[in-house]
Parts: sequence; C-alpha cells; structure tokens
Amino acid sequence: MKFEPINLGRWLVWGLFALLLIVAPLIFTQGASVSLLSQMATLMIFGLSYNMLLGQGGMLSFGHAAYSGLGAFVAIHAMNMASNGQLAVQVTLIPLVGGIAGMFFGVLFGYVTTKKSGTTFAMITLGIVELVFACSLMFPGFFGGEGGVTTNRVIGEPFLGITYGPQIQVYYLIAFWLFISAVGMFAFTQTPLGRMANAVRDNPERAEFIGFNTQWVRYLTLVLSAFFAGISGGLAAINFEIVSAENVSMVRSGAVLLFTFIGGIGFFFGPMIGAVVGVFLTVMLSSYTKAWQLYLGVFFILIVMFAPGGIASLIMLNLRVIKFGRFGRVWPKLWVTCAMALVALVGVVMMIEMLYHVTLNAASGPMKELLGFAVDTTAPTGWLIALVLLAAGAFGFWRTKSAFQKAWSEVNVEIEDMIRRAEA
Amino acid sequence: MTFALELNDVRKSFGKSEIIRGANLQVKEGERIAIIGPNGAGKSTLFNLVSGRFPLTSGDILLKGESISALRPFEINRRGLSRSFQITNIFHRLSVYENLRCAVLWSLGYKYSFWHRLNGLKDVQEHAEAVLEQIGLKRRRQTVAGLLTYAEQRALEIGITIAGGANVILLDEPTAGMSRSESDAAVELIRKVTVGKTLLMVEHDMSVVFGLADRIGVLVYGEMIACDTPVNIRANKKVQEAYLGGHAPAEA
Repeated sequence: MKFEPINLGRWLVWGLFALLLIVAPLIFTQGASVSLLSQMATLMIFGLSYNMLLGQGGMLSFGHAAYSGLGAFVAIHAMNMASNGQLAVQVTLIPLVGGIAGMFFGVLFGYVTTKKSGTTFAMITLGIVELVFACSLMFPGFFGGEGGVTTNRVIGEPFLGITYGPQIQVYYLIAFWLFISAVGMFAFTQTPLGRMANAVRDNPERAEFIGFNTQWVRYLTLVLSAFFAGISGGLAAINFEIVSAENVSMVRSGAVLLFTFIGGIGFFFGPMIGAVVGVFLTVMLSSYTKAWQLYLGVFFILIVMFAPGGIASLIMLNLRVIKFGRFGRVWPKLWVTCAMALVALVGVVMMIEMLYHVTLNAASGPMKELLGFAVDTTAPTGWLIALVLLAAGAFGFWRTKSAFQKAWSEVNVEIEDMIRRAEA
Repeated sequence: MTFALELNDVRKSFGKSEIIRGANLQVKEGERIAIIGPNGAGKSTLFNLVSGRFPLTSGDILLKGESISALRPFEINRRGLSRSFQITNIFHRLSVYENLRCAVLWSLGYKYSFWHRLNGLKDVQEHAEAVLEQIGLKRRRQTVAGLLTYAEQRALEIGITIAGGANVILLDEPTAGMSRSESDAAVELIRKVTVGKTLLMVEHDMSVVFGLADRIGVLVYGEMIACDTPVNIRANKKVQEAYLGGHAPAEA
C-alpha cells in the first residue's frame, strides 16, 4: 500500500476534511456554535503541534503554552501596530506572524529543553513555562499585566468584502489555517526528520549508533512544533481579541496535554478529536455544571487507565473489527455493557450534582433540577434513586463485562491470526 | 600501513576497578576477527569503548588511521563504523521496513531533512529493500519490529547495523540465545552481509568463531593475551591456561 503512485484514500480523507471545515458552520447554526467551532479549530492546531512532541517525538512537555502564548502576544502587538499604521500586515497573515514568533522562542527555549530527554526534559519545560508566566507579570509593557493586551481585529480597508468583523469570517480564516497546518504537520510525519523523531522516541540510543544526534532531532522537531503552536496562538489572538498571562500559563499547557492524550497520541488525527472533546468539556459542560472539572479529571483518568491510546485508538480498533466483518459478534455484548455503564454514570452524575448543590448552592434552597426533574437534595429519595442506579449499573456492568471482554479478545485474536496468515 | 581499526593500549576504569587493562589490537581491512574470552573479561566493554558508548580512560583508538577516541557515537558512525548490540536494540514500534529506512537515511545524505518526502526517495527505498532481502525479512516488511520472533529481531539488528554501508562492522554476540539451526542461519547471514568489510565480533559459540574468523583475539581480565589464526589459538599455551587452567570458568 505504501508503493501506490497516488494514494487515493489519502486524497479522499483530506478532501472530506476540507469539505467538513467548509460545511460545519452551515450544519451547526445555533447561537454560539460558530464561536465554538472557531475555538475547536484553534485548539486542533495547538493539539496537533503538541503531538509532534508527545506522540511522534516522545517528548512529554508541560510547557507548550509558552510557544502558543508568546506567539499570541507577538501577533496581537502586530495587529495593534497594523491598526496604528506602523506595520503593513494583513489580518489574514497575522497567524504567520504568531508562527514565526513561536518558532523564534522554540529556537531559544528548545535549545535548553531538548538537551535532555525523558523526565529531565519534562522538568525543564515546566521551568520554562513558569519563567515565561512570571515574566508576563513582570513586564506589563509587553504582556499587559493582569488585564492582558487587547486589540481590534477589524483593520484597514475590507479586502474583497472581508473585514473579519463577523465571527463566521474569523471561522473561515481559522479553518483555512487549520487545513494548511494539518497538511503541513502530516507532511512532517512523512519526512526523514519526522521518521527519525519516531526512531528517537522508540530508542534514542540506537538512533545515535546509526548516525543521528538525537538532541538535534528533538531540537528541530520542537522548533517546527513551536511554529505551528505559534500559528494557533495568532489565531486565538484574532478570535478573542485579547491575550493575557493565562495564554502562557501552566494551566493552558496542562490542558493541551490532557486533550491531546484524550484524543489519542498514537494517531495523527487523535488531537483533533481531543480538541473537539476539550472544547465541549471546558466551554459547553462548564455552562451546565460547576463540577465540569471533576468530570474532565475523571474522564482523563478513565482514558489513561482503560484506553491509553485515546479515543482515536478506540475508534480504530472498532473499525478494524468492522473491516474484518466481525463486529456482529462484538456488538450485542458491547452495547449491553455500555448501557450498564451509562446507568451507573447517571447515578454517579446525580450524586455529584446533588453534592455540589448541597455544599455550594444550599443558600438557593434544597431543590435542584436534574434531568428535567426537581429533586430535593435534602430528602433521601433523590439520593436513594441515584444509589440504586449506580448499584444496578455497576452490578450490570460487572456481570456483562467479562462476556464482552471474551468476545472482544476472541475476535481480535482471530483478526491477528488472519493478518499473520496474509503475511506468510 | 594504516589499519582499518587500531587499539593502542586502551584502558578503562569504572571507579577504582580497571576493566580494560591495556588492550592492543590491529585489524586489517577486510579482516574478520572474533573476540573470545571468559565472562566478565571486558569484551562488551571493549565494544562500547570502540563505538563511543563509553569514553576511554587512557589509550587511543584509530579508525582508518584517525583517532576516534574523543568522538560521540553518531560521529563515529558517520566515519564508517557501525555496531550491533548483545541485547536487541531496535526501533520496536516501527515496522521492519521503517527500521531499515531510518538506518540508511544518514549515509544517503538526507540527515535531518524535513523537506524531502520519505516515500519519494527512490535510493532510500532501494537500499532498504536490498537489506530487507539480504536479512530474509521480506515477508515481515510491515510487521512492527517489537512483534518479530527473537531470531528475526536478531536478523533485523544485523540489518540495521549494516544498512548504513559502514566498512567496519562490530557485532556483539550476534547468535546469543539462538538454537543450532538459527545460529547456522545467522552465520550464513553474517558471512553474506560482511563481504568485503572489516568485521569484529564478540562470540561465545566456538563453532561460529572457528567458522567465521580469520583471526581470534582472546581477552582475559581486560588484557588481549593473544590474537592469532584459529589453528594457532587452539595450540596457544596461554589461551589453554586461561580457559582450562582454572583461572576463569570456561564458556561454551
């Protein structure tokens, strides 16, 4: 499959991706959806750039927001200078300014961080992001202090009627840069350096004995990754018209690690799924419940423990079973197990919501609306129902789980056998 | 004349204990030399010194007449010396084919390129294919290296070592842990892939040693006590003493 002159499947996937980016705002037309889509697309670039380090290069960075955040700061200053007439740059190209800034700081910080790998690398990145964050409060001239730096993205004469005033125009700008960046980052995985990043991830020692300085492989990979992170920062600056210390913080760095891992670091498209999930959890869920961070944390732990390959690997494993025509045997067990888990989940969510209400919102009365019902959080009924749901779901899950696991492993053993026979 | 590889009074200490105590060796171009010796004699340490994994304490190592004792592993590799490892050391999450592609990249001059498309590089493909053919893993091309059988992984280990086209090859116990038939196949493979190259190998299996080597070096307690043809080594008194005289446990 690697030797086909034209990879039709790949063209199809990229074509569909472009189409999806174009039609997404036409499908999701509710109030804030264009804004959400813009945030998702920005986070996708950020996540993909992060995965160049974590997934492809095996570098666990706790400080990736330094690059996107500094890129965003430079980008927003460039926009302000453009509106003052000091700098002739189109808003369309502002993300490139962010990218170059990110790359510059990648060259600077990366030289220090990539001297080491593994735990030491992770520790140094932690130090760097703290350093940048501290600087952001020390130099209010550049970083705008507590309030951050604001801008107005509508600069100069409209170009072909595009002012970037309406959110939809910003969305298409972000989508355009997302497409280019995704193609660029995918192309990177298909280059000699991209492959050597994988090799250094797997076995840095052996890479040294086939002629490669592993430090250079890590360094160059990081610089390129910082470039794309800077692009996402520039887009964030355009989208929100404000950049503050939060953009270069540990919190932002941790979030991209979380979402990228949830999406799946083993597949190129994993971080894109992670970005969608991430925006849903942080933006949508947080408007429904105060406990959203708890759900995010629990979700992350569950992924790490039971699906370390992330959502992408779950999808790909199921697709493989479907491809080999074995899904019929897994499906009946799968949905029962999932349904049981869902029942338990409803019980858990009820309890958490009631608990939050009791501890934080007691002043507004004992009543809490849950799933359309008004529940009295001080009366035992609600708690009892939640407990029964949890117990029933957990018991059902426990009973049906082994049947599913058996079917799943049987099917996968068969598939691996078929693959092996096809090879021989 | 300049030797392909020359060790001049090489010494290595870890803390107070001196592991290599003045090893001397001259390897001519195209020669095949096997290093034997009892357990703990320092054979693997010697390889680690030559390939740049550890720094020397004193002495000098010359590759084609030039000192390499201060160079790092990748610099030594770029000068045409490549080694394999006693414990399989491959890129376990990459496919067999990708392992070999990585191994040929530097020697073909692609270095850290992120402006070439890997699948478009015909010379990389051809080199990797040729090595794949040589080590007999054509059918396993797309298999993830970590899932290969032990013997296959050993073959890939040798494949990665020779793929870059180095002239001086160091093999550290290439047949360790293999069955008789597997090790016979490995010997054939080594003979095939090192044609016209200089070979230095550590080996315990005497049938492999006597089958492959032009000369045998005997390392005992960090000293090269003899280096001669197989026939002379068999007759050598000092060697017999070292192996049979009770100073060190003999090894098969």
